[in-house]
Order: sequence, then C-alpha cells, then structure tokens
Amino acid sequence: MPLNSDKTIEGSFQLVGGNFATAGEASGELKRTLTDLGVAEEIIRRAAIATFEAEINVIIYAAAARLLYFIGPSSIRIRIEDMGPGIENIEQAMQEGYSTAPEWVREMGWGAGMGLPNMKKNSDEFNIESVVGEGTTVEMVLNIP
Amino acid sequence: MNLQDLIKDLSLEIVTCEESMNNEVTGAYVSDLLSDVMANSNVGNIWITLQTHLNIIAVADMKGLAGIIIVGNRKPAEDVIEKARAEKVTVMTTPLPAFEAAGKLYQLLDR
Amino acid sequence: MILKEIAKILEASIIANPENSEIDIHSACSADMMSAVLYYHTPNSLLITSLTQPHVIRTAEIAGIKSIVFVLDKKPDKETIDLAQKKKIPLLSTSFCMYTASGRLFKEGLPGCLDK
Repeated sequence: MPLNSDKTIEGSFQLVGGNFATAGEASGELKRTLTDLGVAEEIIRRAAIATFEAEINVIIYAAAARLLYFIGPSSIRIRIEDMGPGIENIEQAMQEGYSTAPEWVREMGWGAGMGLPNMKKNSDEFNIESVVGEGTTVEMVLNIP
Repeated sequence: MNLQDLIKDLSLEIVTCEESMNNEVTGAYVSDLLSDVMANSNVGNIWITLQTHLNIIAVADMKGLAGIIIVGNRKPAEDVIEKARAEKVTVMTTPLPAFEAAGKLYQLLDR
Repeated sequence: MILKEIAKILEASIIANPENSEIDIHSACSADMMSAVLYYHTPNSLLITSLTQPHVIRTAEIAGIKSIVFVLDKKPDKETIDLAQKKKIPLLSTSFCMYTASGRLFKEGLPGCLDK
C-alpha cells in the first residue's frame, strides 16, 4: 500500500482564464496533498507538471474551468473541464510544436506547442474531448505502483 | 568556423539553404522570444531556439541572421520550410537541448 | 557544480537567497519557453532564462529547478523575489546573454538536462 490511506481523496479548483498570477495554485496544492500522502517523488513531479500545464492552458485559452482530482490507493485521476473555444483538430493540437497561442502569450514564455504533449507524456492514461464553441475536457490518470 | 565541424559537433540536420551558410558567422544568440531576438541579436548571428513558429523566418531575415538552429529535435512545419526557402534563410535542427547546442557552438566559435 | 562557482563564472550577483549559494547544481537548461523546462528532466538543475515573472518561479518549483539565472541584466520585480524567497530558490542576475552564459558554464563542464 503506497498511500497512508485507502480512501479516495478528492479536491476541486475553480480556474479563471487570463490571469498568469494564479498559475500553479492547483498544481501546488495537489503536490502538497500527494507529498502528505507519501506518494513517490517522481509520480508527484509528473502529476504536478501535468496539472500545471493544464492550468496554463486554461489561463491562455479558456474563460474558466473546473479542475477535479481524485487520489485513490492505486491511481491519481485529474480532470479539467473548461469553458473555452474548444479544439477543432485534436490530432493537430497534440502535435509537438503546434500552437494557436497569440504572440503576447509566447512573449510570456508559453505557447510553444508543448502543453498537451507534456500532459500526455506525464500521465499513464490521457483522454481529451472537445466541442468547438463549448469547451474541452481532459482527463489524466497516473498509476501509483 | 567550419560548417562541417558545426554539423558534426551539434549533430545538425540542414533543412533549408545550406549555401547561405557560407555567410560569415559573427556569433550566436539564444532566445525563444522574438522581441528579444529583434532587439538584441546581431547581423551574422546563428540563432538557437526551440521555436518553430512561422515568424522566426521573418525575424531571421529582417535581422540578417546567419541561420536558425532549432533545438530539442523539433521539426518546422512545411509552411515554415517554404518561407525559409523563399527568404533564403538557413534552417537547421539538432536533437541537443539549447544549453548544449549553445555550449558546443561557443567552443567552436571560440577556437 | 556549486552555485557560488556558477555565480563566479557568470560574473553574476545573487539577488535572492544568497544563504543557499552552496547548493550543488547537476545540470542546466537554457529556455524562455516554460514548457521546455517542464519537458526536460530538471531536478537539481539551473534554469537560464530572460523571463523574470512570478510564473517562472512557479515553473521552477514544479520542475524541481534549484536555482535561476536571469540573463541580460534582467532584474525581477518584488513579487518574483518574494515568491523565490518563500520557495528558497536562489536567484542570480548576469549581464551576459543566454548564449554566453550557456557557453561559459558548458565549457567549465556543466552538462545539459537530459530528455527524460
């Protein structure tokens, strides 16, 4: 049993678009929670990176979003439901280097077309669904061995 | 600086306009921010970046840079390659991260 | 490579958390794009960047970056410094550009970050 508890621990965040100052609040809290539970450092790192990239995507593209996490004895599930423009071509959006971020975002150091690939790379399961004009939902699962 | 040494030491793959590399290389500049490159790079610099965005070609052309090295195994899209050919901008790629590409180029140019 | 030695090679001033200047740095990552920082395996690394906003500190924390060097004499504002102090991440400022800073450190034997 890698966790100190066999119950599922849940948490949620309201994320707001446009404000880089709040970036890292959700991933920071998730990181602290996982640390308190005694999860292995490398898994915490991957979960934090994936969640941080998700937060940044909401800041860049969406009006708002809800981030939910569920920590069970054998996995971490992170779900982000945003109210954003949606993604027309998911396959293209998943390509490394492809980005629709505006210039001001690139000048801030984001929008290199690595966000979604980084999220996928750091999770064991990755699902993305999107409806243009409504929003995008991403779900990531990280296994706890 | 010898182009063959550069290709070998940085594991470069030349994507466009090898012939333009005969231009004299005056140094290098490392940045992922177009405004920074516009403000601070010099004519004849090789630009090291992980950006693959179309605008990098216009920046290299406007600033008279010797070429662009795209790091981290990233490949420019077809429209970027076409524009580079049209503007005669040398584009190269390397699997190295920016720090190492810069480090190796620094040693070559320092020789 | 000890951070103090890095500061010397870069002729840099330590502008936050100088008490942590004895930490050992294993590798370096030069980037302005924060996702590149998150892409590479960067625990115990040094970040060399020209961006100075607070989200750079947050990125460093998430990625396990141990110290940040701002190039081109860039000085972060108070908010960034306060956050770095809270996270105990030492900050350096050098007048060299990213190319020269990377070149000098690489020449002295500091490796780049690995693709994980």
